[in-house]
Amino acid sequence: MLTLDRLSKIYANGTQALSDVTMGVAPGEIVALVGGSGCGKTTLLRLASGLEQASGGRVAVDGDIIAAPHPDVGIVFQEPRLLPWLTVAQNIAFGIEHLPKAERDARVDEALLRVGLAGYGPRWPRELSGGQAQRVAIVRALVARPKVLLMDEPFSALDALTRASLQDHLLALWEAHRPTLLLVTHDVEEAAALADRAIVMQPRPGRVFKDIPIDLPRPRDRLSHDFAEAKRAILAALDGSLGNPHSSPTRISAPSGASW
Amino acid sequence: MSEAGTLEKIAPADRQRAFVPSPRWLFGLVLPVGAAVLYEITARFGLFGARLLPPPSRVFAALWGLGGRGGLLTPVTPPLLRGPPALTRKVQIDPPRRREPRRGDLGPHRAPVLRREFLAIPSLAWVPLFILWLGIFESSKIALIALGVFFPVYLGVMGAIANVDRKIVEVGRAFRLSRWQLARRILLPAILPDYIVALRSGLGLGFMFVVAAEIMGASEGLGYLLVDGQQLGKPAQILAAILCFAVLGKVLDWLLVLGTKPLLTWQDSFARTV
Repeated sequence: MLTLDRLSKIYANGTQALSDVTMGVAPGEIVALVGGSGCGKTTLLRLASGLEQASGGRVAVDGDIIAAPHPDVGIVFQEPRLLPWLTVAQNIAFGIEHLPKAERDARVDEALLRVGLAGYGPRWPRELSGGQAQRVAIVRALVARPKVLLMDEPFSALDALTRASLQDHLLALWEAHRPTLLLVTHDVEEAAALADRAIVMQPRPGRVFKDIPIDLPRPRDRLSHDFAEAKRAILAALDGSLGNPHSSPTRISAPSGASW
Repeated sequence: MSEAGTLEKIAPADRQRAFVPSPRWLFGLVLPVGAAVLYEITARFGLFGARLLPPPSRVFAALWGLGGRGGLLTPVTPPLLRGPPALTRKVQIDPPRRREPRRGDLGPHRAPVLRREFLAIPSLAWVPLFILWLGIFESSKIALIALGVFFPVYLGVMGAIANVDRKIVEVGRAFRLSRWQLARRILLPAILPDYIVALRSGLGLGFMFVVAAEIMGASEGLGYLLVDGQQLGKPAQILAAILCFAVLGKVLDWLLVLGTKPLLTWQDSFARTV
């Protein structure tokens, strides 16, 4: 169980990035954090990973307070951040050096197989495409078998097709050990496709605006009515969080007389 | 929103702070000043032979003496007029000092003032002292070459460490690497290409100091051939010596590149493709 308790963060320059954020994420649950820019999603993730310290409140995993990077918490960044001087296999094994070699190799091979990169182990990161590199980054975090995996807009730099396929890969990986997944995204479709819950955040200062359950069976049909409904609910909340509660797509039109 | 954005927001405050002498800067003074005071005391009590390494008080007395006679102006002016090389040196040294430490940095802001002031001394200025201390034979020349080569390589390495991608360092932190592990598994491999470049330029510089040392007084060696050729009017001998330096330098540089090439196959850079 990942719990955030009255978490707040004020940066050295006085910017309040987060204010009194409280939430719990059940074991094995997938939660998407959605929100406009500057609403503290990334800050929240960095606090949860222990890479930054909170100004107030606390983060805990199964009662263990997270004040520094913790073995139970893995993180995937927006960019793959692979170490260019290590091969793909060595990159994946980076966080499990303490394990015996046989165990390490087995985990790496299994991970590569699972993300469709079998045989890529001896290659250099520079030989990978963006999508392949991000898959390697995800399994690098997962082979250490964290209880909680934090992901910071992991697919935002990829094209739509690659993104959809990576979301499927992610779900397949998640199935194996069912870690708790906290995923920051600005893509409403991604939230609807992956999450059990979408938590919409509000900017200035960053705080929770709305908690939207997405009760759809997996695998999800992206063309179904229910999927569209879930997306609509998240979008409506997102609009509300930015202070324009009644806006709808039809109202967005060029003002009369606009020269563009 | 990206974390880069949040860092940009913090930056202005840090930048303002950079112009005020920080406690860290004062801390940097502790070592050199402390060493000077300690040496002054031990020299006063005659615990050290103060003849070859005079205590700070006598050094300042000498400086005062030069200034008092108006005599300091005479030796100081010509270097100032010939100064451009010294000035460019200063410019190279300044940026690391201005750079404010950020989270995840392990860099040169920790470097004590002492080392930077050493950097500002032209290496050849040590020659007379080395000759007094170590004699006119090999030891003083080796000391000169070592000192002359060390600091530029050191500066190159520190610059490389300062430029290691913060995001990569953060990966190390996320995997809970200790300081030592971070240095060994992230920083060292990350700076390796720059380190090799620094070593290559150090190698070139080394030959310059070999020539300088041998010109100043040697009875053998390539530098001696240069001086001998000049004094006896044998330009062919000078050119032959120069040719030897060129071949020697090229071969050693080539060996260095060849030996380190297997360590850099991972590189994804322009240099690898040409």
